[in-house]
Amino acid sequence: MHELSIAQSLLAIIREEMQKHGSPRLISVKVRHGRLSAIVPDALAMSFEALTMDTALAGARLDTEEIPLVLACRACGTKFSPESSDYVFAPCPACGEELGHTVVSGKELYIEYLELDEAQGT
Amino acid sequence: MQIPVIRNILEANARVSDDLKRLFAEKGILALNLMSSPGAGKTTLLERTLTDLASEFSMAVIEGDLQTDNDAQRVAATGAQAVQINTEGGCHLTSAQVLAACKELNLDGLDILFIENVGNLVCPAEFDVGEDHKITLLSVTEGDDKPEKYPLMFNISSALLLNKTDLLPYVDFSLERASNFARGLNADIKVFPVSCRAREGLDAWYDWLRAARAAKKG
Ligand SMILES: [Zn+2]
Repeated sequence: MHELSIAQSLLAIIREEMQKHGSPRLISVKVRHGRLSAIVPDALAMSFEALTMDTALAGARLDTEEIPLVLACRACGTKFSPESSDYVFAPCPACGEELGHTVVSGKELYIEYLELDEAQGT
Repeated sequence: MQIPVIRNILEANARVSDDLKRLFAEKGILALNLMSSPGAGKTTLLERTLTDLASEFSMAVIEGDLQTDNDAQRVAATGAQAVQINTEGGCHLTSAQVLAACKELNLDGLDILFIENVGNLVCPAEFDVGEDHKITLLSVTEGDDKPEKYPLMFNISSALLLNKTDLLPYVDFSLERASNFARGLNADIKVFPVSCRAREGLDAWYDWLRAARAAKKG
């Protein structure tokens, strides 16, 4: 379950950003993950909760959003999102080519924003 | 207040991976990240490769293992340098673990470093460990639809070894189907059907290794 080490990395970045902005409290964090990155949102939420329990970050919300898979056709360059879950043999809507498409997006894993409480007494 | 951040969550791992890449470039070492399900035959492949190419290359192995050091002992028996990383349940290697393991190895004069990842087709795909190439090993007993189920790993691998081909008569596995699935999102992946046990098909893999090694040396 790689969600646990991903949650650990996520928390390290959150703590760094909170310090930088002088904020004492995290309200929420938004994570975007590509469809190919095999992130299970529930598993990530569970790891996040387990790691923040009994810490200053307890109760913070983790929001996730999937980034759709976008492929570029090897033969004609057309960009498209396969509609079925069988994206390994996704035919290009323009020319029908099935193999060797390039992944344009769908492998991402990043924080989009943090929602922080205003810094106190600065 | 909402603060836009846009930071790669795996940036800490990526930074150390870049450090490793620089270290391997400096020393002229070809680094290969070997990934597979448990039991696909990574250790047997390494035993064969380390033995058969011993006179050509100086090689070392970093072994990622959940608990035991059985694999490291098998590798060390071939005479190659071997270091064990015990991930204590961790499902993949991180670049920090590989960096720590490198400090236990003598990297001078080394030609090829194999990084044997933890047996798992999902998690290792997310974590770079300074490698030049990712290599996936899939055995014919696992089903030819694996590349379809775990597309990321096959998408980012330079080579795919289809192992245990001596068992093909007894299992429902199509080499063509598996190769085509792997090529679905990766036109350039090189596919090598091999049987490490019966010593079949290994010459093509060795030729690929020689070419990758020559390309790295420049
Ligand atoms: Zn097309």
